[in-house]
Amino acid sequence: MKIVVCVKQVPDTEAKIVIGGDGLSIDSADVKYVINPYDEYAVEEALRLKEAAGEGEVIVLSLGGEEAQPAMRTAMAMGADSGILLKVENAALADGLSIAKALADEIKTLDVDIILAGKMAIDGYGHQVATMLGELLGMPVLPTAKSLEIADGKATIIRDIEGGKETVQANTPCVVTAEKGLNDPRYPALKGIMQAKRKPLEVKDISLSDAGVEILEMSYPPKKPEGRIVGEGPEAAAELIKLLRDEAQVI
Amino acid sequence: MNGILVFAEQRDGQLKSYALEAISEGRRLADASGSNLSVCLIGSGVDSLTTHVAAYGADTIYTADDSGLETYSPGGYAKLLTDTVELTSAGIILLSSSAMGRELGALLAAKIGASLLSDIIEATWDSDHLVVKRPVYAGKAFLKLAVKSASVVATLRPNVFNAEEKSGAGSEQSLAVALDDSDKKVLVTDTALKSSSRPELTEASVIVSGGRGMGGPENYNIIETLADTFGAAVGASRAAVDAGWRPHADQVGQTGKTVSPNLYIACGISGAIQHLAGMSSSKCIVAINSDPEAPIFKIANYGIVADLFDVVPALNDAAKELLT
Repeated sequence: MKIVVCVKQVPDTEAKIVIGGDGLSIDSADVKYVINPYDEYAVEEALRLKEAAGEGEVIVLSLGGEEAQPAMRTAMAMGADSGILLKVENAALADGLSIAKALADEIKTLDVDIILAGKMAIDGYGHQVATMLGELLGMPVLPTAKSLEIADGKATIIRDIEGGKETVQANTPCVVTAEKGLNDPRYPALKGIMQAKRKPLEVKDISLSDAGVEILEMSYPPKKPEGRIVGEGPEAAAELIKLLRDEAQVI
Repeated sequence: MNGILVFAEQRDGQLKSYALEAISEGRRLADASGSNLSVCLIGSGVDSLTTHVAAYGADTIYTADDSGLETYSPGGYAKLLTDTVELTSAGIILLSSSAMGRELGALLAAKIGASLLSDIIEATWDSDHLVVKRPVYAGKAFLKLAVKSASVVATLRPNVFNAEEKSGAGSEQSLAVALDDSDKKVLVTDTALKSSSRPELTEASVIVSGGRGMGGPENYNIIETLADTFGAAVGASRAAVDAGWRPHADQVGQTGKTVSPNLYIACGISGAIQHLAGMSSSKCIVAINSDPEAPIFKIANYGIVADLFDVVPALNDAAKELLT
């Protein structure tokens, strides 16, 4: 069983975002980077599929600059066998379709049984690359899986939809994206971290196709007007309700 | 401009509130760019929704009404939407940032070779092209983007754009529903909708949310009671979800849902940056926390510094008295 897992290096959820000098992207100087949390679920699921099959290979695929390597090494420390980095500059907020095309071109050369990825990256919030990737490869896509079962050449997932759940099924090979709750990712053991350093990681220089959109500026969220403390006990409740109705007019 | 096409999402014959928001925004962009607004409805029995859609300003409504489309089919719906894009030569295709909208948007964008701008919160027509604003880094920053290509797909964040009634021609066109096996590679084999009377988090106009300060899953009844008084949805912080007190579907924040209700009441939530990222665009924020130094107070419009177990029931009593 050959499994490809797509991962991305992203700023930690607790990171404070500072806009860089170009006004178009963030200043990465003091930012702690981590493997995209949703990709971590995807890596864990890939390892479990390989373990359940008793054989197979898990390849980590990433697109980005050299800085993407720690995320790939994290995945290898967890147990992935090898990595391929499609190296481009300024990939953080690159156009999703351009990225999906580049990933598809690479995956076409591999004979994969399943492709796993996080449901989205928490930096760009695009929610699109893996779904586009499947479409470009002519493979079915099962997005936002909270559970995954593979049997008899079929993959079945359960996902949340507005107001409920859906069970969705497709033949393999297919693309599955991971939602929180899919599994509980393992922590890399020291042995795994040491081994990861020696696992093969191939770096390929590529260029992205032109995007149909151009970033004009990055800005901070608008400042909220100073709030106020209505009171320091339950007796403030009635006053608060009046303010919500009469002043804020939200109820 | 080649026109604007909106995919109007429905489930069980009910148009989603965010579908009306998308149609209204489509109308505003059509007016600003001097082009037509087409709306695409896919499902079983959707012909009965055209009057409703026309009331929000659709010029032409394309319907794919077929009993075989009663259950959502990602490939089938994507094919029919792609057909509609070709029929209308639409240059801007709008969907909603919902489970269905995100999936169809990405499938469509890959099929037609267009960029997909997800979760947009603002759209303006700048003389000859579309400019949108969307959050990145979970709302810690925003990007303004200009569309340079002839066509683009965008998903609109629910609860951000105004839905407003406006008369449109509302002429109807039926789409030929001819799907082959390649459109049915992904099968939805079961759909289980909860019978909850509470609204969905991303659609709710009021959200009552509980965090670590709730102390345990058994205490959420006071949050639920207050939520029901307001007709609100119930949310939770990552701490509460990671502790296993609430399902992940309730999580608000950078690794959960991003919400923008009119009113967000944060109870026992300290305000970690990853939580603020998911709710700071709410129009009015109320914080109830016993720690006056909690970061949540920095972004709250109103705060009460006290034990939530005293305040939340009192708030419920006061709300009931004033609202009923």
